[in-house]
Amino acid sequence: MAVLQFREALLQAIDEEMDRDERVFIMGEEVAEYNGAYKVTEGLLDKYGFKRVIDTPISELGFAGIGVGAAMNGLRPIVEFMTFNFAVLAADQIINHATKVRYMLGGQASVPIVFRGPNASAGQLGATHSVAYDSMYAHFPGLSVIYPSEPDDAKGLLKSAIRNDDTVVFMESEQMYGLKGEVSDESDYIIPIGKAKIKRAGDDVTVVASGKMYHIAKQAAAQLEKEGIEVELIDPRTIKPFDIKTVIESIQKTNRCVIVDEAHPYGGMAAEAGFLIQRDAFDYLDAPVLRVTLPDVNAPFSKPLFDLWLPDAKKVVQAVKAVMYRN
Amino acid sequence: MAIKIEMPKLSDTMEEGVIAKWNVKEGDKVSSGDVIAEVETDKATMEVEVFDDGTILKILAGEGDAIPLGGIMAVIGDEGEDISDLLSGANGGGDAPPAQKEKKADKKESADSAKKEEFDPILGDLNGKTGESKAEPASAASDENETGDGRIKVSPLARKMAEDKGINLSDVKGSGPDGRIVKKDIEEFTPASKPAEKSAAVQLFESEEAEEVRISQMRKTIAKRLSESKFTNPHFYETIDIDMEPAMAARAGLNEVSDVKISFNDIIVKAASVALRRHPAVNSSWLGDVIRKHGDVNVAVAVAIDEGLMTPVLRNTDKKNLRQISAETRELASLARDRKLAPEQMEGSTFTISNLGMFGIEEFTAIINPPNACILAVGAIRHVPVVKDGAVVPGHRMKVTLSSDHRVVDGAKAAEFLNTFRQLLENPLSMLL
Repeated sequence: MAVLQFREALLQAIDEEMDRDERVFIMGEEVAEYNGAYKVTEGLLDKYGFKRVIDTPISELGFAGIGVGAAMNGLRPIVEFMTFNFAVLAADQIINHATKVRYMLGGQASVPIVFRGPNASAGQLGATHSVAYDSMYAHFPGLSVIYPSEPDDAKGLLKSAIRNDDTVVFMESEQMYGLKGEVSDESDYIIPIGKAKIKRAGDDVTVVASGKMYHIAKQAAAQLEKEGIEVELIDPRTIKPFDIKTVIESIQKTNRCVIVDEAHPYGGMAAEAGFLIQRDAFDYLDAPVLRVTLPDVNAPFSKPLFDLWLPDAKKVVQAVKAVMYRN
Repeated sequence: MAIKIEMPKLSDTMEEGVIAKWNVKEGDKVSSGDVIAEVETDKATMEVEVFDDGTILKILAGEGDAIPLGGIMAVIGDEGEDISDLLSGANGGGDAPPAQKEKKADKKESADSAKKEEFDPILGDLNGKTGESKAEPASAASDENETGDGRIKVSPLARKMAEDKGINLSDVKGSGPDGRIVKKDIEEFTPASKPAEKSAAVQLFESEEAEEVRISQMRKTIAKRLSESKFTNPHFYETIDIDMEPAMAARAGLNEVSDVKISFNDIIVKAASVALRRHPAVNSSWLGDVIRKHGDVNVAVAVAIDEGLMTPVLRNTDKKNLRQISAETRELASLARDRKLAPEQMEGSTFTISNLGMFGIEEFTAIINPPNACILAVGAIRHVPVVKDGAVVPGHRMKVTLSSDHRVVDGAKAAEFLNTFRQLLENPLSMLL
């Protein structure tokens, strides 16, 4: 097992896939000559040249559209957004074209494309640069949404995403690019899309958290352990399709569940998972399912307000105790 | 306008109530439906609710104080209001207020609106409810896990576990928010059986240091009613010895096929009920100017509980089968032990059975439970040598003693009843006749 940074794990995945399949190429703002805004694409230009590592103008809608067209014509583009907050400008290409082409053309064409980049907030960046879009994209049929939390998941899932024959939205975080973790040495390391991972076993309560929130939940689990509460921590890794089976099996053991979601509460992943849990694990629940999410309020810029706004370990601990009836 | 909170009539036989606990103090704001106090009556500990919004202006009795029916417990009104007029007539008794049980629905509503301002986006309602239930003290008597519309709050898991274990949810006390029954409550629930084992063992050895104990309302009632019975009713006693081998064989046979375990007590209740139907004179009451021969056969069973004794009533036992009697006895005994019996579950008996067989008591005499005319004291089934066909062989015998009120029942009548009772047990099939 090699210890890699999150960005290095992503780079390995892209490099290996570009090496394996010459149809794979990457484009986006600063991906080539600058080696990537977050250095995910470091060294790729030297290795693969301008034809497969392409700098784009600041025009998200334009290069997302180029990507969709290239995918329809047989290539396998990776489109990097400097953040998904900027991809709102390209939403028409993602939502109305990438996810619908195969369906509307009766299967005559498909869009095997990966849209990737950092998602959600990263400190005091203001309301327009702090939105978690995973739940929103997951709303639409015809695509997968992946939001890994650790370098190993990032590598295995990005390789799966690049090989996937339909659109994948692959979410990262500015705050996690430097995160180090062990990454499998397996020569062609693939993690299937739609498979959750139990990252901490416990009997008392199931906590579901992905991406950056996984790390918040992990801190909470460590605190709760000191108080004798054993959390079973599940990282769904893929937001859509959501691996509800793993969650239900866990709840059958723990009888209670807290979902930590970086999105706003209305119609988010937590709402969907909560619905599936009440439907499929009704007779196993000893307490209502609770969620820890952002409030229904845009990101504040002020530091104290921002800290209050973002889910933290304290809020997760509080919710876990509530479902344990231990207040 | 200030309003007097009077001691409500919380049970049929209640004459006074003892304040077990105040949930409010002077100056507290209350709204309609708030439980302001717990009151110990002769039968149970009950909650007292207010039906108006306002401020507690005055509390007129401390915890442990007894207040007669209709006596003033507290006064509520607007802050700063002059209540001297109201107080001048305080606690000189007064008319008993009507039983106040409705308006429970209001409780929920006012609690909800009070909660809204503190809504927490993560905990949502759960938080509010948790906070609220903290403020409400646990009370032994009322059905906390029932909402005003009679629903029992229970988590889906706890409901399923109770169903799998055959636990009646109304027997379980919920520890979750708003009295919700949760997994822990089902796991820790012990079905009530073998009523009095505990209390007997304790009493035998605990007399080293004298201690003066406040007389509970229940003990007062027991003292009053039983003294009255023993000193007023001319008791006489008849004992009969019964061959229990046929009943034992019948019970063993029944329990092979029955999903509910039939106890000897169930068989005794059934046999007594059939015998009562055949001897209406025993199923009667002395009412002073008339003797009432009851139409129904309702058998009270004495249940020992920690604080005393209760006599829940099984109705129409002559018409019920053993399974029904068994299930009902179990349920009522458990309610009695939790002091959750409703007044109507303790009233209307026409006959009483007191069984101390499980303690190995060979025979004893019981005091008649008024207004019954008779009470049957049941002893243990003994493995003894008996004479059968001129030879001494091992056998099983049980002695029962009938205490009768001579004003209603004469010696021969009582003997006829006991003979029928014996024949029924010695030939259990004849109960079907």
